Amino acid sequence: MVAITSPAFKANAKAALADPQLQKALNHVRAGFIAKRAAAVDALPEFDALRDSARDIKNHTLANLDLYLEAYEEKVTETGGHVHYAETAGEARGLILSICQKAGARTVTKGKSMVAEEIELNEHLEAAGIEAVETDLGEYIIQLRHEPPSHIIAPAVHLTQGQIEADFRRVHTHLDPKRDLSEARELLAEARGILRQRFLEADVGITGANFLIAETGTSVIVTNEGNGDLTQILPRVHIVLASIEKVVPTLEDVSQILRVLARSATGQEMSTYTTFSTGPRRRDDPDGPDEYHVVILDNGRSDMLGSQFQDMLRCIRCAACMNHCPVYQEVGGHAYGWVYPGPMGAVLTPQLIGIDKAGNLPNASTFCGRCEAVCPMRIPLPNMMRHWREREFERHLQPVTYRTGLGVWAFLARRPRLYQFAMGIAMRVLGNLGHRRGRFRALPLAGGWTKYRDLPAPAGKTFQEQWKEKQRALAGRET
Amino acid sequence: MADTSSAPANAGGGRPSVGLFVTCLVDLFRPSVGFAAIKLIEAAGCRVSVPATQTCCGQPAYNSGDRKDARAIAENVIATFEPYDYVVVPSGSCGGMLKTHYADLFTGDEAWSARVAAFSAKTFELISFLVDVRGMTHVDASFAGAVTYHDACSGLRELGVKNQPRRLLKSVEGLKLVELKDADVCCGFGGTFCVKYPDISNAIVERKATAVAESGAGTLLAGDLGCLMNMAGKLQREGKAVHTRHIAEVLAGMTDEPAIGEVER
Repeated sequence: MVAITSPAFKANAKAALADPQLQKALNHVRAGFIAKRAAAVDALPEFDALRDSARDIKNHTLANLDLYLEAYEEKVTETGGHVHYAETAGEARGLILSICQKAGARTVTKGKSMVAEEIELNEHLEAAGIEAVETDLGEYIIQLRHEPPSHIIAPAVHLTQGQIEADFRRVHTHLDPKRDLSEARELLAEARGILRQRFLEADVGITGANFLIAETGTSVIVTNEGNGDLTQILPRVHIVLASIEKVVPTLEDVSQILRVLARSATGQEMSTYTTFSTGPRRRDDPDGPDEYHVVILDNGRSDMLGSQFQDMLRCIRCAACMNHCPVYQEVGGHAYGWVYPGPMGAVLTPQLIGIDKAGNLPNASTFCGRCEAVCPMRIPLPNMMRHWREREFERHLQPVTYRTGLGVWAFLARRPRLYQFAMGIAMRVLGNLGHRRGRFRALPLAGGWTKYRDLPAPAGKTFQEQWKEKQRALAGRET
Repeated sequence: MADTSSAPANAGGGRPSVGLFVTCLVDLFRPSVGFAAIKLIEAAGCRVSVPATQTCCGQPAYNSGDRKDARAIAENVIATFEPYDYVVVPSGSCGGMLKTHYADLFTGDEAWSARVAAFSAKTFELISFLVDVRGMTHVDASFAGAVTYHDACSGLRELGVKNQPRRLLKSVEGLKLVELKDADVCCGFGGTFCVKYPDISNAIVERKATAVAESGAGTLLAGDLGCLMNMAGKLQREGKAVHTRHIAEVLAGMTDEPAIGEVER
């Protein structure tokens, strides 16, 4: 079981801030993704129009999700594949395990899939004696380390190259200690050498899906390493694991959304590989699996339909929101304590594991709005984080001190005369205290502020008081 | 000279009336920003009133999930400012709350929807009001030295305040504007965020303070007092010799007052 540590977000974040390796690794997020996305967007004048169109496609699909899922299932069945619906993570695991067992599988290769992380698939396959091999380089690395991904498209972004080299030397015991692994391409070659054999051995290949196309019964994955193709073509059985909101109506719709996906994610015009798979191998196909299964997971998502969180189901997992998030950039993905980090995780995670456990996530945002500004699907992420805070407030889940402070402040703010009287006194006291230095290095009840920064002292007299005095003086002069 | 707060708003011989929404931080911590705002709005050909029945925009409640209190505060703000042609706010964050978020608090309430829409349409952040609404192209002010400018998030992303402040700053005599690296990245203030998650807030503002120091400018400007207090507090804690001011003070030529967190020497 992957432990949920979201309730310990603050402690996680503190540890992350004090971790020099992690901080070094996180510079890649700041330095890499942002500039590349910006360049790709600048080079495509119709980018914003494409975002509108992508949003509209998904909105239309979500409004008719049952119909499109049915249409998709029908097409998959027509092409000789099987669609299985799973309401919960447990059901999805059970379905996949039984397909693997029926196939007599001992080894399973996997393409990168966040839904597989969500249902903790690897752990459950291993428990049943089936070896699951991650084939995406980043996923392969974190599997060696028994860690969850820290980013939804760059799972090992929290690691430095030096850490990865050390892991390879620890696990790949065949490695000649003299072999030079200081270059990234050497690490890649080493992983590739190991994985090549695993691809050939695998009985079942499991991939996620970026899209499921209702019109044709096709599943689509985008990768940059080609590992997804080998995962789904070589084994006898291919299982696609996807959540309900991945369906889109037509091939044309997919091509529209693909134009914003890679640009938002990595700044590429297209990912290196965009792979379409439809059903099992046909008679005249040169390759492909004998069996083709699609497991479609709900896991609480259908509850989002018609709710304040429906827009979140437009998400195409590009990770632009976390790449641009000042909080994610400082603490990395593991601090968020479950599968989905950053702004998209702050909205999705409370739905999937409960706001009582994930309450920190939608609160740990400055509402700077950069996530929404870069989201290719125009998802109003800050607004939805605020909706989670509303749920927390309704259920009295916030700390008592915070709630009390807010209550006192709101009581005053609703009574202008009382407010001005009370604040006038408070500011006079503070103004006198801070008069000599102009600021405070420490102040009772303001420790959260003054621990790290000085607090500018107030002027002493509020604007309203000064304004009234000026008006009075002016009136006196005129009469 | 400005009208008194109790004077009727629409008796000014063709000059539009502006109700100044002072914001709680300016009211409590830095009244000079309010006076600078009044001077600029008057220079833009408007009459300014300051209604006495204002407190705060309600954002702390709204962003804490307390819609009931936020709504009560919003009702008071809207009613208070109904007599004026415009509502002007020397803050992108409070301006964004008034202009873009109030509507959310009245969703489905027909009795209020027209009032909220009218209120939103006439509400502006100070600098965008001067440039976009009043067509101001230059100010009559001087400032000796290099300044850098931080784009506070709500003003930038909710209200589109980006070129307007730069344009007016360039008209200040003697002022040299140096662009700040990552000027559009959050300073880590985030309202209650900075005290709920002080460690993370600190990491973000540390990065901002470094960028400010590296810009080489002697003065840091922005249009939001919350962000300014956060950045000033960090710069001062780190002993960095940068002065921090609200942009309105420089544009109004009112820089006699010590910078934020400083005293007269």
